[in-house]
Amino acid sequence: MPFDDSATSLLCMKSEGLYCPLGDFYIDPQKPVKRALITHGHSDHARPYMKSYLTSETGRAIVQERVGKDAKVEGIEYGQSIQINDVKVSFHPAGHLLGSSQIRIEHKGFVSCVAGDYKIEPDASCETFEVVPCHQFITESTFALPIYTWEAPERVFSQINTWWRENQSRGVTSVLFAYALGKAQRILCGIDPSIGPMGVHGSVDIFNRHYLRQGYPIPETIRANRETKESFKGQGIIIAPGSTQNTPWLKQFAPQSLAFASGWMAVRGTRRRRALDRGFVLSDHVDWKGIIKTIDATGAQHIGATHGYSDALVRWLREHKGLDAYTI
Amino acid sequence: MELFTQLFIALDQTNKTAAKSKLLSEYFKQASPADAAWAIYFLMGERLKRVVKTADLKQWACKVSDMPEWLFAECYDHVGDLAETLALLIFYEDKFRNSSLEMSLSDLIENHLLPLKTKEAEAQSKQIIDLWSKMNFSMALVLNKLMTGGFRIGVSKSLVIKALAENASIDPAVMAHKLMGQWEPTEDNFNNLFIKQSTQDDVLRPYPFCLAYPLEVKEEESLSMILGDSNEWQIEPKWDGIRAQIIVRKGAQVIWSRGEQLLNEQVPEIEDALKALSEEQSFVLDGEILAWDFEHNKVRSFADLQKRLGRKKVSQAILKDIPVVFMAYDLLEKDGVDFRSRSTSKRREALEKWLPSIQSPVIHLSPIFDASKGWEAMTDERTHSREKGIEGLMLKQKSAIYSVGRKKGVWWKWKVEPFTVDAVMVYAQQGHGRRAGVFSDYTFSIWSDGELVPFCKAYSGLSDKEMKRVDKWIRANTTAKHGPVRVVEAELVFEIAFEGIQLSNRHKSGIAVRFPRIARWREDKLASDADTLETVKSLL
Repeated sequence: MPFDDSATSLLCMKSEGLYCPLGDFYIDPQKPVKRALITHGHSDHARPYMKSYLTSETGRAIVQERVGKDAKVEGIEYGQSIQINDVKVSFHPAGHLLGSSQIRIEHKGFVSCVAGDYKIEPDASCETFEVVPCHQFITESTFALPIYTWEAPERVFSQINTWWRENQSRGVTSVLFAYALGKAQRILCGIDPSIGPMGVHGSVDIFNRHYLRQGYPIPETIRANRETKESFKGQGIIIAPGSTQNTPWLKQFAPQSLAFASGWMAVRGTRRRRALDRGFVLSDHVDWKGIIKTIDATGAQHIGATHGYSDALVRWLREHKGLDAYTI
Repeated sequence: MELFTQLFIALDQTNKTAAKSKLLSEYFKQASPADAAWAIYFLMGERLKRVVKTADLKQWACKVSDMPEWLFAECYDHVGDLAETLALLIFYEDKFRNSSLEMSLSDLIENHLLPLKTKEAEAQSKQIIDLWSKMNFSMALVLNKLMTGGFRIGVSKSLVIKALAENASIDPAVMAHKLMGQWEPTEDNFNNLFIKQSTQDDVLRPYPFCLAYPLEVKEEESLSMILGDSNEWQIEPKWDGIRAQIIVRKGAQVIWSRGEQLLNEQVPEIEDALKALSEEQSFVLDGEILAWDFEHNKVRSFADLQKRLGRKKVSQAILKDIPVVFMAYDLLEKDGVDFRSRSTSKRREALEKWLPSIQSPVIHLSPIFDASKGWEAMTDERTHSREKGIEGLMLKQKSAIYSVGRKKGVWWKWKVEPFTVDAVMVYAQQGHGRRAGVFSDYTFSIWSDGELVPFCKAYSGLSDKEMKRVDKWIRANTTAKHGPVRVVEAELVFEIAFEGIQLSNRHKSGIAVRFPRIARWREDKLASDADTLETVKSLL
């Protein structure tokens, strides 16, 4: 069945983004609209210039940070329902990063759930993913190929700790690239702060404050710059976004070992192309098995797949699960 | 197997040559000679030939992981490395299991893999699936690499040689020589690498080839600025054939290609000429195998030579249609004496004096240009290369010894400027290895009667940064997908450089070009500005 069929979908795709006609709102729109419901604060989901924003209460400050201080951003508690025009809407934790949400939309007993980006493993730096029973489930497919299977996060953190210690014993600074929002904080909460001093890039520092304000266990970090560099050179770890690779800012902490924490690191070619010493497979997205497990748990019969390897996922769901699946 | 797997992981995890060299050196010290011999074999780029079929491996991996074949294909497309895709899917259920197989590398290869060659697919599948089930992820990845070939972990042949030379405390040039010519991975051969004796007692072993660097002259530079006096250079034609080394020692005659393949069977007329020589003859020649036009006494195109290559047996008809000669330009050894430490001039003098005496119609002396005429005259010679059927000029420093491998400033290849054509990108495909997951392989078209016809494929030439931009553009401008191939909007124009052009009925455009590569991205041009088939054909 096509995605826009009104009997099986409360949603349709417009050039501005995913749209709910009965509620007259968009979810994570790409172009300016009147009313935007935002799943989380990453820049490809929370964009500036919307007339109004609605997001989870715990994610509100981060979205505000992202879209500008003058924007009208409202927060709503997880699980609390509100009526928007003809539909009932509620937000539920997506486990992607602090305040990330799945958005549940209900109309006359039919329930759609837009999961946004999500992961199902526990994460000390954000709320845990919650299964939302629904008829239609809109899933991401960033890592929707069976080659992607995640290792237990504790084990990845222990690999990072070991790498850091090894570098320390050789007098080399450990540089770990990670997204400044979400991944960086997850790592800071996961690795062992007793190993040595922890430095962060300014962009990570900005988001750390939001996590600290809400009581998340971010250990003490130092903003890495010219004044502070001597304090972690050769023994500390620096968490910075990947865009800092090959910049003068980064070079001042040499000698260094470069690593990236990302789900993409599961494929050797991706790591080698970036000329990294190490790749840690740590993702804030759901892996192939996780997608299938989640779909089963929601009980949904209609599955929409968004950005990523949606074609493969859709074909698999149709042929092996007999579900009404489609690419959005 | 454990130790070799550890080496593989460690090599794969570092990006630094010094660290890689150290890892190799440590491994060669720790591993048993039988294992180390195989490790050298694989690290130098060799593979186990035809142990199992690739298609079978895919099928077994699908069976183990319970995945349909189309999903395997999707995954392979994304990973860009067959061995890795196989491992990732085999371990789909249990990627992080902690099992380890207690089996040495040589035992695995000699007793478990090589015997599979003669077995039926069913027995093969049982054996391989059994091995997979006892291994952890990394070990299975290495096993798959052994079976599919191509390690791609940034270890060059010369790095392996350097590490071995250090361990044995001998000159890397001598180590390189010891490893030349279809080196067999046995315990004895490994141990022999560490014996300091001369290698000349091995009558068939070739010398490492001296290689040239491309000479690039920027507009503001002159040749005398870069190279000094032209009289210091021996200037030769750059032949367009197959680089080869002829060895005649103790009644044996071998012809080696630069890729260390034995060519005897492919050039029987040269082998016969060598056999006809007097038994006292003993020498090593460096030169080029060329397709030859005896009637006009001149070289024929590489395309002609190609028709003879890659055939197991050369038919009488081909021997008659496309005869070959050996164009000799260097003398590396004569009567058991290694000439390589003599200067280029001295070697040339010896070559000129002796070679005519063997009086063979298929062994020619490569001419040299009169360098005393100066750089301007040499530049002129180079400009006329194509008319003479050569690729440009070779510049060899007269005072230099014959060195091992590529050494800057000793031998230069000064190729004639390539042909260039502006073409439109029409299809794109993801690359392999370092380029896995990136659209890096493109098909280009040119105009013919108002339509775009595909004219060549090219893989290299863009910087990583440009490739990233093109990749992004392709993802946003795909109009259709055919398996791994994306059809894209005909919009981007690239300047394509190539060395040669010939008519071909295998290609839709009716022409085939040699060594096509991207010279630059013409962001200033529109698709309508691209060249036409008529213009390209005028280069023929």
